[in-house]
Amino acid sequence: MIWIVSIAVLVMLAAAVAVMVLPNMVAAVAASSVVSLALAVLFALMKAPDVAMTEAAIGAGLSGLLLAMGLKRLGLWRLED
Amino acid sequence: MSMPAIEVVLYTGAIGLSVIGLAGLLLHNNVFRMLLALVMLEAGVNLLLILAGFRLAGVAPIILPEQMHNLSAITMNDPVPQALVLTAIVIGVGVQALGLALIMRIKAQYGTLNMLKIREQLEFDLAAQAEVTTPVSAHSPGSLAQGRVRQRVSEAITQKDEQ
Repeated sequence: MIWIVSIAVLVMLAAAVAVMVLPNMVAAVAASSVVSLALAVLFALMKAPDVAMTEAAIGAGLSGLLLAMGLKRLGLWRLED
Repeated sequence: MSMPAIEVVLYTGAIGLSVIGLAGLLLHNNVFRMLLALVMLEAGVNLLLILAGFRLAGVAPIILPEQMHNLSAITMNDPVPQALVLTAIVIGVGVQALGLALIMRIKAQYGTLNMLKIREQLEFDLAAQAEVTTPVSAHSPGSLAQGRVRQRVSEAITQKDEQ
């Protein structure tokens, strides 16, 4: 149990740092989705299944979609560099 | 007070995520990057709230029919922070959508996402509208940019007077 929690926290913090330092905006949005997914795993491990479901669907899915569509609208959607 | 190791790891994650989000919010100049930092901050605070209702031996807050006769025997996680966070996640996405809409308006108006350039342009617009040069002290951190703004505004005013 402690190992799974430690790995999930590590993935979450690494992805959060990646959101801040990655020069590519598309990669940053993808990393923010990874943060939400790791958070959903943590919520499930902390015996909060309803919050885990919501975080995985809304936080990782809808929010990532929203930010990616905003990125496209702003003209920052560049996959290279 | 000795805390279980698992709670120490979880508190580290929650506070670390909040600190990363706050630092990003303060240090980045790009408005979209600041919105992403705000998302991180929201996630960290949500984890901290769930952690407030977490008990090590707790079960999910659902009472099964066979547990009805001895409710005192079961330990349960606090459902109130869970309900609060459930709402906060959905409101967080609403805040993101609002921020994204504002960023699109900023991009359409000023053509840039850089906070410093937006601020300079904003001060120029406000000062030109009021036809005054912005008052500034010599030692303020932004005095260099504000000096440029003052110059552009006084040029614009004299141009208007000449006409």
